[in-house]
Amino acid sequence: MEAQGVPDLSARRSRLLGDGDRRGLILSTTSTVVVLAALLAIFLLAPGSAAVRHTFFNPADMWRSFVGDPKAGYYSVGEALWLNIRMFVAAEILILIAALVVAVVRQSAGPVLLPLRVVATVYVDVARGVPLILVIFAIGFGVPALQLHGVSTQSAAVYGVAALVFSYSAYVSEVYRAGLNSVHRSQVAAARSLGLSGWASMRYVILPQAIRTIIPPLLNDFISLQKDTALVGLLGAIEANKAAEIYSDTVFNYSSYTVAAILFLLLTIPLARFTDHLIGRDRARRLAGTGQ
Amino acid sequence: MDRTDGGFRPGELSGAAEALRIEGLHKSFGLHEVLRGVDLAVAPHEVICLIGASGSGKSTLLRCVNLLERIDAGTIWLDGQRITGRGVDENLVRRHIGIVFQAFNLFPHMTVERNVTLAPMKVLGLSRAEAVSQAAELLERFGLGEKRADYPDRLSGGQQQRVAIVRALAMRPRLMLLDEVTSALDPELVADVLDVIRELAGGGMTMLIATHEMGFARDIASRVCFLADGQIVEQAPPAQLFSQPSDERTRRFLRRIVDAGRM
Repeated sequence: MEAQGVPDLSARRSRLLGDGDRRGLILSTTSTVVVLAALLAIFLLAPGSAAVRHTFFNPADMWRSFVGDPKAGYYSVGEALWLNIRMFVAAEILILIAALVVAVVRQSAGPVLLPLRVVATVYVDVARGVPLILVIFAIGFGVPALQLHGVSTQSAAVYGVAALVFSYSAYVSEVYRAGLNSVHRSQVAAARSLGLSGWASMRYVILPQAIRTIIPPLLNDFISLQKDTALVGLLGAIEANKAAEIYSDTVFNYSSYTVAAILFLLLTIPLARFTDHLIGRDRARRLAGTGQ
Repeated sequence: MDRTDGGFRPGELSGAAEALRIEGLHKSFGLHEVLRGVDLAVAPHEVICLIGASGSGKSTLLRCVNLLERIDAGTIWLDGQRITGRGVDENLVRRHIGIVFQAFNLFPHMTVERNVTLAPMKVLGLSRAEAVSQAAELLERFGLGEKRADYPDRLSGGQQQRVAIVRALAMRPRLMLLDEVTSALDPELVADVLDVIRELAGGGMTMLIATHEMGFARDIASRVCFLADGQIVEQAPPAQLFSQPSDERTRRFLRRIVDAGRM
């Protein structure tokens, strides 16, 4: 078997632009400019354009909502985003752990673990089938109503994180499972035949191969998790979206939502780019046939 | 009979006259019974070739000996010690039995050296330095010295299979099981792998070899076993089995092989 040679790195760029030659470059640039100009013209020439620009893109309102003013009755959207980030990080860590447990249970063999497998399967079906917003309401309003000592007196952000973990762990466990299944059974046989225990086979042979398959879809789920932290605002937690809502309710200007949108983009775009980078690198490696 | 029945204790070499003994081995997959009462005794340093049509149970038999498949009935002894049934530590047994697969099954995310050193380090507890020097010695001996730092998919099929053999040898097994190790190779790469096996046989390694290479079997085997219908229907030294097969099924199988121009 010969190595396939270095992959054509320009292939990615040319796919993005349409075709690689100079004429194609000019065409694609021109068409991009024309389309953007047309969209901008429609936006600017629309009958309600001035009103929309004032309501959604007013620089003064955008700045005020970004920095906030407690005396005037509204919070800083920028500061509120910090809560989104904290919820995101906490949820992400808990999801990675919970989902792994669910995935391993669902993958387990043996009659003794059947009840656990049934519970895990039902959980995944339910958690994926119920809309996240309903889970947030159920946990955010249901658990406090139970009046359990220590459990029912948490903040809205805690219930929100619990709801996110409940919902996302089901998706992520399926990502894990797909990754584990992507490693051929013969690899397990090879590892076990050398005397490695089940755990050692998992640790040194299966997981390292599965992780490469898992990471892109995992990051994809986390991009969507970052955005969904905004739903926790429904429970009253002052996160970016809630802060924007309070601003618009107080000042009657929606530019605060634009600020929140921009902030979320600043969070998610780097992660999205990083994910694409990993996928591209993995693809290049496979084409190059280096196996690493 | 100097067999013990108290489970596998590798520390106590019983000095058995048999390296391997299989009695009444049955194995089914679902409703399909692949092995229907296999009996086989292998003396130390013997090289046994298993021949038979595809699906006759050769691979399943090897996988049962390695405990990769759970057997339904029967008993297996290694060096006089029982390795099936109650109280047997499978991981302990497997470190003494090497198996090489048709599809190599090297670990694709590890270099050749790491493939060979992983089990000695994690299972036998060798230090990295010990494991690496042992690997270097083995790889050198089988003409793979320069491939140490390569990943498996940089190697030819023949080289990958030789690495797989070295990986199994690095555990210093008492018994080697070879499961059609040349079937996935291009014809021009087969000879290298067969040479390695010949060298092992010359060194006194006890081996159980499932193979379609009749010429090779005739050449290397101390005994050839013909499997059909989940049983060993005939076993004899190669000269005898290939020239005067006694069972009708053996004769039919060998005739097909000859007709196909493979012997």
